[in-house]
Amino acid sequence: MIQIRRLFIHVEDIVHDFGPPGPKPLRRGAAAAVIQNPFAGRFEPNIAPLMDMLKPLGLELAQRLVAALGVGAAGIQGYGKAAIVGADGELEHGALWHVPGGYAMRETLGWKEDGRVAAGAGSPSSAVPGNALAIVPSTKKVGPPGAAIDVPLTHINASYVRDHFDAIEVRVPGAPAAGELVFILAMSAGPRVHARLGGLRSSQIERWDGQR
Amino acid sequence: MIAAIRKFVVQLDEIRLEMGRAVEPPTRRAVAMAVIANPFAGRYSEDLAELTAIGEELGGLLAAKCVAALGIQPHEAQSYGKAAIVGEAGELEHAAAILHPKMGVSLRRAVLKGAALVPSAKKLGGLGTAIDVPLGHKDAAFVRSHFDAIEARVSDAPRAAEIVVAVAVTASGRPLARVGGLRMDEIKGEDGLR
Repeated sequence: MIQIRRLFIHVEDIVHDFGPPGPKPLRRGAAAAVIQNPFAGRFEPNIAPLMDMLKPLGLELAQRLVAALGVGAAGIQGYGKAAIVGADGELEHGALWHVPGGYAMRETLGWKEDGRVAAGAGSPSSAVPGNALAIVPSTKKVGPPGAAIDVPLTHINASYVRDHFDAIEVRVPGAPAAGELVFILAMSAGPRVHARLGGLRSSQIERWDGQR
Repeated sequence: MIAAIRKFVVQLDEIRLEMGRAVEPPTRRAVAMAVIANPFAGRYSEDLAELTAIGEELGGLLAAKCVAALGIQPHEAQSYGKAAIVGEAGELEHAAAILHPKMGVSLRRAVLKGAALVPSAKKLGGLGTAIDVPLGHKDAAFVRSHFDAIEARVSDAPRAAEIVVAVAVTASGRPLARVGGLRMDEIKGEDGLR
């Protein structure tokens, strides 16, 4: 069992970015878990089994983040994920997070493996049905305690929605120690506060293929 | 709202394991930050009352955000602290005007009681400058298990004409505190010290 050593939750409300404030602030946030890196200090060829063991951690982070954001699962419009590996680990340990982090977050937001929700659930009138069709963008690095990482954010149903291309900086003061891993999930409840660069809008998603 | 606010950031930090040992119950600390416009950026003003009013407003508002993030009742708060980072077009005294004259009144109301001094820190800084907000027990400053600090930082603030204002509230002391001194179960909580 993977034990969470430390849980860190970050929520922000952006009223404006020196332009006209919108009808309500943009809420974004991230949840991070600090855990011991079981592979620290050596090369372990067979690391993949840890992915299954990280599933409950992924679910806990996703659920805690949705609760902290306070807009409900259906209010989440963008997402991303990241990992920071302590100095005694390797970048590949961060890659362990792709599957358990991504799918935990998508399932929490309504995605179903058999496509029940995905098929035809989306429509322009309900641009955010919470089915999380899009790939979860990600980044990873090896870093010292307190390292900051910019977690990319894109629209949960269509990766090409331009207003939702964004990033949120996340750091946990004091973590990761050399033998630790920091796994992060991030979500946003809307587009950039002064988005005005055109491109595909969330109201124009038509293919429901996770991209457009 | 008196303060012109650009952004709020609220962080919750929960420690469940320390040095391989379970922390029971886990330590839970919160810090809430507001990024505000500095009304006195770039000019000297003898009268800083506007910042004092902002401090009074933000003390209660930010403390309430911490209490909500912790998921506790106001009286369950254990320690607190406050801090400000002034952007380079301001002066250190602007932080003092926010933090010292009136912030404590509304902050204490949000954590019910608060007999002890609210420990504080201030500095000038730029985007992403971090400040360590000192923490002390809210009713008895000598409680040794609650001497602590929590880092506050906003990645894109303060701009030159902004101020980052931070309030921290906890529902615990340090993880695995064991250096003696006055314990929380020994306090009277009347004089603010013991």
